[in-house]
Amino acid sequence: MSLKLRALLKSPWVFHLSTGSCNNCDIEVLDCLTPRYDIERFGMLLAPSIKHADVLLITGSCNRKSVIRLKRLYEQAPQPCLVVAIGECSMSRGMFIHSYNCPVPLDKIIPVNAYIPGCPPKPEAIIMGAVKLIQKVKGTL
Amino acid sequence: MYIVYLIVYGLILTAVLGLVASWIDRKITARIQYRKGPPFFQPWIDIVKLLGKETIIPSGASKAVFIITPLLGFGSVVMVSTLLWANNNLLFNSFLGDIIVVIYLLAIPSIAIMIGGFASGNPLGRIGASREMKLLLGYELPFILAILVPIIKSGFALKLADILSFQAQNGAFALQASGILALVAAVLCIQAKLGLVPFDIAEAETEIIAGPMVEYSGAPLAVFRLTKNMLLFTLPFFLIILFLGGFNFDGIHILYSVLKYIAILLIITVIRNTNPRLRIDQAMRFFWGPVTGIAVVAVVLAVIGW
Repeated sequence: MSLKLRALLKSPWVFHLSTGSCNNCDIEVLDCLTPRYDIERFGMLLAPSIKHADVLLITGSCNRKSVIRLKRLYEQAPQPCLVVAIGECSMSRGMFIHSYNCPVPLDKIIPVNAYIPGCPPKPEAIIMGAVKLIQKVKGTL
Repeated sequence: MYIVYLIVYGLILTAVLGLVASWIDRKITARIQYRKGPPFFQPWIDIVKLLGKETIIPSGASKAVFIITPLLGFGSVVMVSTLLWANNNLLFNSFLGDIIVVIYLLAIPSIAIMIGGFASGNPLGRIGASREMKLLLGYELPFILAILVPIIKSGFALKLADILSFQAQNGAFALQASGILALVAAVLCIQAKLGLVPFDIAEAETEIIAGPMVEYSGAPLAVFRLTKNMLLFTLPFFLIILFLGGFNFDGIHILYSVLKYIAILLIITVIRNTNPRLRIDQAMRFFWGPVTGIAVVAVVLAVIGW
């Protein structure tokens, strides 16, 4: 594995984007940064701008309005960039599956590297998902 | 020979010490918040990672300026730290008035951030850059007044080496009334120069995303980050030379030198962790009011010989 990728896995800065979620998953994402869970141990920081980010955390059901923004953000993210879908909505649209406003799930729009199920997922589950993402990129999973 | 000093002392030694300092800063922050904190090599890994990322130049930016400004700030920090090491370790005979050159060069990283913010073509970047400019106007006045105190006390020596040798004979300036007041004012000014929390108005992450840094990615961002980490070492080093008698590297004095640096770093970190962000007008009023007042009192005391 190249030095570039190895350094990336040791300091993945995350950027979280809500594509029309109920805000519960976002709160759980922010919980990971609190002293109790402290993901800065693994070098993760919350990036203020998408230009600084390495991991795009996406919550919510990808409604028609936010899909445009989602695509634009994904194109603006500097490569290599990993995408993580957090919560039931971003994986299968959850309770919005029959909605007129949520035509396709997230992984039909942009490539997704890891899925973290739950409504909302616990902070432990999000950290577990991050560990599995790192193992998957390393090729040890 | 000067090139060797520039690379070995100015670049490598300062970069390594600056990265260690930024780890200490992050670790102390984590411990204050009852967290575990990042591992020791985290600042190194961050820089390597950012160097490996893609660099995106926004279509509205002026490309050459956007790319050159990080290097401008970085180069000036390297030059400042070379001058400081040269005077501290007597590597070569410095020139008259090098303290003035250091003051000018220390303003250039802020100016580089400003130009970079304006060149990025992002409205948030422009807001951040204009805030940085106002902040620069705010803290330069008390900073220069505070630096006047050691110059007056050492009999108007405009050479860092003369100030150091004066302190070696007569004791550090921080032991005298005017010196300690000037040191307080200068510590508050370097807090703003470093862009740390009560004065991180230019880079306010929760209101204007990252201010001037918003469009930077990859290698230029890595250079900005490294510049900031090197400043975290260079600015306290400058104050230690002016007020606390510099670093001394023989025998037990090494421990004392390290303690001097850690003390200033600890004060900066504790201030940064116990204060909320100020508005730009509050920061200006703070610097032109109380801090300039303290610095003026210190200068007056220095003139009458306290």
